[in-house]
Amino acid sequence: MSETAFAMTDGRVSFDGKPVLRGIDLTVCPGEVVALLGANGSGKSTLVRALLGLTPLTGGSTLMYGSPPGRFREWWRIGYVPQRLQVGGGVPATVREVVASGRIARQSRLRRTSPADKAAVAGALEAVRLADRANDPVQSLSGGQQQRVLIARALAGEPDTYVMDEPTAGVDADTQQLLADTLAGLVRDGKTVVLVAHELGPLEPIITRGVVIREGRVAHDGRPPRPEGDCARPGHEHQHPHAATPAAGPLTGWQGEAP
Amino acid sequence: MIMDLLQEQLFQLALVAALLVGLCAPAVGTFIVQRRLALLGDGIGHVALTGVALGFLTGTTPVLTAVIVSVVGAVAIELVRARGRTSGDVALALLFYGGIAGGVMLMGIAPGGSNAKLNSYLFGAIASVTVQDIWVIAALAVAVIGVVVVFGRELFVLCQDEEMARASGLPVRFLSLLIAVTAALTVVIAMRVVGLLLVSALMVIPVATSQQLTRGFRTTMGLAMLFGVLASVGGLLASTYSAKVPPGAAIVLLALAGFVLALGVGKFVRRGRTQESTVSERPKMRVEEVA
Repeated sequence: MSETAFAMTDGRVSFDGKPVLRGIDLTVCPGEVVALLGANGSGKSTLVRALLGLTPLTGGSTLMYGSPPGRFREWWRIGYVPQRLQVGGGVPATVREVVASGRIARQSRLRRTSPADKAAVAGALEAVRLADRANDPVQSLSGGQQQRVLIARALAGEPDTYVMDEPTAGVDADTQQLLADTLAGLVRDGKTVVLVAHELGPLEPIITRGVVIREGRVAHDGRPPRPEGDCARPGHEHQHPHAATPAAGPLTGWQGEAP
Repeated sequence: MIMDLLQEQLFQLALVAALLVGLCAPAVGTFIVQRRLALLGDGIGHVALTGVALGFLTGTTPVLTAVIVSVVGAVAIELVRARGRTSGDVALALLFYGGIAGGVMLMGIAPGGSNAKLNSYLFGAIASVTVQDIWVIAALAVAVIGVVVVFGRELFVLCQDEEMARASGLPVRFLSLLIAVTAALTVVIAMRVVGLLLVSALMVIPVATSQQLTRGFRTTMGLAMLFGVLASVGGLLASTYSAKVPPGAAIVLLALAGFVLALGVGKFVRRGRTQESTVSERPKMRVEEVA
C-alpha cells in the first residue's frame, strides 16, 4: 500500500469534447498542505473532483493511496468539503445530522451510532463553534455557517486527507480565520490538505505548496505564491479591476482573477 | 361502534392495510422528497397498472404481477434518471403513458377484466382487501421498513447530496436502485388502499406536512409516518361511517387538510424561533399530475 495521498499522471478530462484538464501531473504526499490556485474556468475544481474520482478521467490515470478511485476502499481516509451545502428537496436536517453523516465511511451498516461517533461529532461541532446550533436546521444558517457545517462534517470523519473545494469562497473574515486556525491544528497533527482557493488570505502561513492551474495545465508548482505590490497591503480586498490584463510572471494566474 | 367494527373481518383487514400503508408510504416518501423525486411514486403507479392488468390476463394475483412490473418500471426510471438530463423527462413521461395505456388495454382484453375492477385499482378499494392481499402487503411492508432501518443512514447521505455519497465511498448506484425499488414496493402496498393514481399523495403529503413543523430529518420522517397513519385510518373510518365516501379520496383529502393546518401552525412555530430565515423551509409543492 502506497502512502502517497494522490498521484495523478497525465490526467485529462474533457466535457463534451472540450478539454478542461490537459495533462496534469500531481503527487500529494502525506503532511503536505497544497493550495490549487487558478482563475475561474482554469480547471482547478475539476482537478479536485478528478483526484477523488467524482469526475472520470478521459485520459491518464490517478491513484488515491495507491488505488484507482474505482477500486479505492479506504474512503474513511478522505474528508471531502464540497463548494456548497446541498439541502436537497426541502426536508429539514439538523446541523448535527449533517455533521454526523461525515462518519458514514467509518460506520458499518448494522452498527448503531457508537460513543466514538458521538464524540467525534461533538468535537467537530466544537471546532467550528456551532455546538449551540447543533439542533437547528441547516437550511436556517447563513452561508458562512453552512460552510462551517461542511468543514465540521469532514472533521467528524477524522480522515487523513482533507480535500476542500473553495472553503473560503464567499465566507466572512471570522469564518476564514476560524478555518485557518482549524487547518493549522490539522497540519500540526500531520494531516494532508488539498484545497482549492481563490485567494489564500489567512490560510497563507500554513500552505506548504502552491499549484497554479492555467487552462487545464500546471503553470506553477512549488513555494506558495506571495501577493506582491498592491495586493500585499494588509486589508487589501481582492476586487481586481485589472483582472483582464494579467502582468507577466508565473503567479498571475491566480492573482489576476475576477472576484 | 368502533368496537363492533373491529369484530368484522373485512374491517380488520382494511385497518391493517391502512396502518401499514400509513407507516410505509411516508417513510419512503421522506427520502424521495429529499431527493427531489416527488413524482417518482406517480410514475411507478402508472406503470404498476400494466402489472395489475397482466395479473388479470394471466390469472395470477394482480398484486404479485404489480410488484414485478412496478419494480422493473422503477429500475427503468432510475436508469433513465441516472443517465439523462433533459431527455430523461420525456422518457419518463413516455413510460407513464405507456403504463396507463398498457394497463387499460390489457384489462380490456383480459377475460375477467371490467371497468369496475380497473377503477378499484386506479382509485383504491380498501373494503375488498383479502387475507391473501394482507399477507403480501405485510411482507412488502416489512421489506420497506427493513430497508429504511438498515440503509437509512446511507440513504440520508445519498438523498442529501449524491456527490458527497460518492466521495464517502457509498455504493451510489446500488442505493439509487434500492430507493427506487423500495418506492415500487410501497406503491403496490398502497395500491389497494388509495389507488394507483393517488399513491404518491401518501408518500408526499405527510412529508410536506411534517416538514412545516420539524427541524431535523429523523423527526420529519417520524412525524410524517404518524400523519400518514392518522390520515389513512381516519379516511378508512370516514368511509365506514358513510358508504358514499370513497376511502382513497377521503384519505388523501384528510392528509391535505392536515397539510393546510400544519402550514398555519408552522408559520406560528417559526415566528417563535429567532433569526431563522423561513425562505428555504417553504414547502415545495408540486402540482400532482393525473395524466
